Amino acid sequence: MASLSMKSVRKSYGAVEVIKGVDLDIADGEFVVVVGPSGCGKSPLLRMVAGLEEITAGTMEIGGRVVNDLEPKDRGIAMVFQSYALYPHKTVYDNMAFGLHIAKAPKAEVDAKVKKAAEILKLEPYLDRLPKQLSGGQRQRVAIGRAIVRNPEVFLFDEPLSNLDAALRVNTRAEIAKLHRDLGATMIYVTHDQVEAMTLADKIVVLEGGYAQQIGTPMELYHTPANLFVAGFIGSPKMNYIEVTVAEVSADGVKVAAPDIGEALLPIDPDKAAVGDRATLGIRPEDMRHGKTDGITVSGRVELVERLGHETLVEITTTNGLDLKGIIDGTTLISLGDTTDLSFAAASCHLFDSAGKALTRREVPEVVRARRGT
Amino acid sequence: MPSRTPETRATSLFMRYAILVLVALIFVFPLVFMLVSSLKPSMQLLSDTSSIRAFLPVGDISLDNYTASFARAPVALFIFNSIFVTSVTVVLNLVICSMAGFSFAFLDWKGKDVMLSIVIATLIVPLETIAIPLLLVVNNLPWIGADGIEWGWLNSYRVQIVPFLSDALTVFLFVQYFRDLPRDLIEAARIDGASWFQIYAKVIMPISGPVIATAAILRFLAMYNQYLWPLMVTQSEQYRPVMVGLQYFFQLNTDWGQVMAYLSMITVPVLAFYLALQRAFITSIASTGIKG
Ligand SMILES: Nc1ncnc2c1ncn2[C@@H]1O[C@H](COP(=O)(O)OP(=O)(O)OP(=O)(O)O)[C@@H](O)[C@H]1O
Ligand SMILES: [Mg+2]
Repeated sequence: MASLSMKSVRKSYGAVEVIKGVDLDIADGEFVVVVGPSGCGKSPLLRMVAGLEEITAGTMEIGGRVVNDLEPKDRGIAMVFQSYALYPHKTVYDNMAFGLHIAKAPKAEVDAKVKKAAEILKLEPYLDRLPKQLSGGQRQRVAIGRAIVRNPEVFLFDEPLSNLDAALRVNTRAEIAKLHRDLGATMIYVTHDQVEAMTLADKIVVLEGGYAQQIGTPMELYHTPANLFVAGFIGSPKMNYIEVTVAEVSADGVKVAAPDIGEALLPIDPDKAAVGDRATLGIRPEDMRHGKTDGITVSGRVELVERLGHETLVEITTTNGLDLKGIIDGTTLISLGDTTDLSFAAASCHLFDSAGKALTRREVPEVVRARRGT
Repeated sequence: MPSRTPETRATSLFMRYAILVLVALIFVFPLVFMLVSSLKPSMQLLSDTSSIRAFLPVGDISLDNYTASFARAPVALFIFNSIFVTSVTVVLNLVICSMAGFSFAFLDWKGKDVMLSIVIATLIVPLETIAIPLLLVVNNLPWIGADGIEWGWLNSYRVQIVPFLSDALTVFLFVQYFRDLPRDLIEAARIDGASWFQIYAKVIMPISGPVIATAAILRFLAMYNQYLWPLMVTQSEQYRPVMVGLQYFFQLNTDWGQVMAYLSMITVPVLAFYLALQRAFITSIASTGIKG
């Protein structure tokens, strides 16, 4: 078992710098998910941990030991690839046993470890099969089994579920979560699926533009995104943005003004705001209500109605051309072309300065402090 | 596409078979002619060539030509020499070239790209161009034999083997094949702790059946058909291969029956090798599961 720490880790391919300095501390036994849009360098980051990719600059420590120049096999890691990377000519048993054979482990030990992994992953009936005789989900389990057999201190996963169909993905996700509970190993998991990130992670790293945009628990990222990028990336449908001007700064918070909402006092730390500043108000679709309630109200023409049963997604356009999405009660009667009101509480609002950095929210739900499983 | 009636389907199937049969015949007829002619006396052989009888075992049929060939030349020795030189060369060549291909495809070293282009550039240099300089080289090479160091490699097996231990085409075939293999496989093996040699021997080569078979067939044919080089470097009969041995049948009076008998005999190893490998080739594709 091991902790892991990266200090200003960088990665360049020739003249192109993909990772521009990432600092990350992972505690022993933590499940860290790295998310980010395609091409943001998630895989290179993971491969630097694995030792498959040279670290251009910075230091990488696993279990307190600098591993920059260590071979993959000496880092105490195991990796599960998106493509599974099973040896096509070896049986399931030999796929899992290969690493131990290479390490010249005694036959009895190899057998015990492989059998144990097969038992955990319910692979016993398939030990004599070749990978091509397995389904996608079974191959995935063999790949995980191969990692378990190595008994690593850190498990690395690179989009392990992206080749599975939706139902299998949900199952395997749960299995990986269970595996983490049972083994208690440190795990780093790369994905671009935010559902995987939210459900699996103790800690999420949002990677974009070569930097870690924010590192925090899933609830921190959702309720207190550090900047516009994270706010837009976490949550679906995307957070709504309204361009506003700071009208008044007081001990009570920040009063903002915009044509569509008039003036509104938001419970936001006023230190970093000055009257006249341009800012962006962020409000999540799920924090919207139908009709006028107390709070901030916006009215517009209904442009889209998607009824999902338990809830309905609506999109309105105001007379000023502002588009807003809202998720409202599934039984609400509403139709295209209607003029309707959406409203939201000031406490649900996020405020970002002109550089896109979040101003501190004062009223944050209790759940932000909850740990996983509580 | 216009919809096809069963009749046009049948016609097109018939056409396809007809063309295949025709092509097969074009390839098979010379072989049949060779085999049939080897059983006929020269006089009949020549007169038969003007009719369909050329392809039929009719008339005065016997194995006399075979007996006569053995009397005329040490056929068994030639075939042995060829098979020995060819198989040793092919095996070593595949090992060396696959290792080179592995290095070009997977390892990182300075000047790799330049090196690979140089290797591939040698593809355009035919053996004939370098035969004379090569002869001078091998004539001055040392060898540690039973009685100390000796100079010059002429009249030996090694002079027929060593210059062909590597070749650009085979390296190229391996590089191409290896580059198409998934890199994840190698990385998984590295994480499993395999050394580069273990990755080569235990991960890559076992799934390289198709390219090994292809390279083996090409190399085998090239080596077995060697003529110019062995002719230059083997003055003594003891080391001569089959193609040089063919000369024995073209002196003073050419007995075509014996030529055909000799050719039939030296064709057998090629066919046997080819058929054996073809089977290995097909099973290797089927069993590695590279295709799916
Ligand atoms: N071996 C390499 N050589 C050169 N450039 C590379 C290499 N590997 C990755 N890159 C570059 O690094 C950038 C990020 O890599 P990559 O696409 O793997 O990121 P990612 O976040 O894993 O994306 P995805 O979600 O699509 O897997 C890309 O612009 C890619 O071109
Ligand atoms: Mg990736």
